[in-house]
Amino acid sequence: MIRSEILKEIAPILRDQLVVCNIGIPSQELHAIDDQPSNFYMLGTMGLASSIGFGLALVQPKPVIVIDGDGSILTNMGTLPTIANNVTDNYILMIIDNGSYGSTGDQPTYAGRKTSLAAVAEACGCENVIECRDVDTGPVLQKALDSGKMHILVVKCDSGNAKMPVITMDPVVIRDRFMKAVQA
Amino acid sequence: MQPALCMCTAARDPVYLYCYTILYPGFVIPCSFAHQLKGMSEMSIDKRIVDDLVANDISFVTTVPCKQLAGVIEEVDIRDEIFHIPSNKEDEGMGLCAGAWMGGKRPAIIMQNTAIGVTINTLATLTQYYRMPLPMLISYRGELREPVACQVEMAIHTKALLAQMNIPTYHFHKQSDVEELDMILKYTFMCNKPVAILTDANFWGGYGDQ
Ligand SMILES: [Mg+2]
Repeated sequence: MIRSEILKEIAPILRDQLVVCNIGIPSQELHAIDDQPSNFYMLGTMGLASSIGFGLALVQPKPVIVIDGDGSILTNMGTLPTIANNVTDNYILMIIDNGSYGSTGDQPTYAGRKTSLAAVAEACGCENVIECRDVDTGPVLQKALDSGKMHILVVKCDSGNAKMPVITMDPVVIRDRFMKAVQA
Repeated sequence: MQPALCMCTAARDPVYLYCYTILYPGFVIPCSFAHQLKGMSEMSIDKRIVDDLVANDISFVTTVPCKQLAGVIEEVDIRDEIFHIPSNKEDEGMGLCAGAWMGGKRPAIIMQNTAIGVTINTLATLTQYYRMPLPMLISYRGELREPVACQVEMAIHTKALLAQMNIPTYHFHKQSDVEELDMILKYTFMCNKPVAILTDANFWGGYGDQ
């Protein structure tokens, strides 16, 4: 499966949750598949999805799911020790690990070669680190949500992108409706 | 306590105010004596800065280590009103602050001016693009009284970069400049912008040895 197929499958789970979605094609795909006010789309700032979602999870009680990528985690690897050492159980970091920088043309990442992001997360001190296959994403995510424990999910999947339109919504609109969803 | 009788407050110097109110409640002490209480006055300025953060409802602070700001960071850490989360890099910290603000808390970041070089993209595409407030309390290394030459290399770009980014910038150079902090914080959350507060070695030197 490629990322967009996974997102289609888990859209019913994501719909009712606060979601922070990684820059580029992941956000375009989620936006096209199931746009919700409770989705925060990153339009720029490579690497910070996990940090934005984590700051949000730390200050309020609702569950927060971050849809991140392997390339993005590699860009902001310092995020994992911060997450590991400041556990908040309403936080789920889902790393869609397709072994490539999808938004820039599927160039290979080191996560697709020798580097295991699950092993990195564990070495950083993260608990409940689960590496799973693309076809198992839905049940694994649902179980993580139901557990009420902070989780790091590494979803191994195929490289590739769906052709989706660029998000033209104003960033302040994205942010404003997201903040209203947080408070709702 | 009203410090009307204190000759120190005639000079409008916050250090004396704090020495007066904290160390010697009810007593008047001369400036020259207060000046010698370096350890105490350092503690007081750190406390005063964090008092201003708390008074402005800032409850989520991320920091990277800094020698000049060590006392402020320590004070942030012990306050019950503030959740303190050290970050590994300043752009990561700005991501945390963005999330915290969207979650309903007022954030702040404490960092060195070298971090301006690290965070330009984040400031432009996250903090400014989504129009979010972010007070940045910055140790301004490489200014007057700086002992390390390499720090000057980033110092000479700091204000130019901030100006290019249209980031409101305040420079604390003298002890009394701290009196503007409260207004600067109010201004930041009024306009929803990142705002820089540069604090140089001369500012901190007024409160003790560097
Ligand atoms: Mg990828």
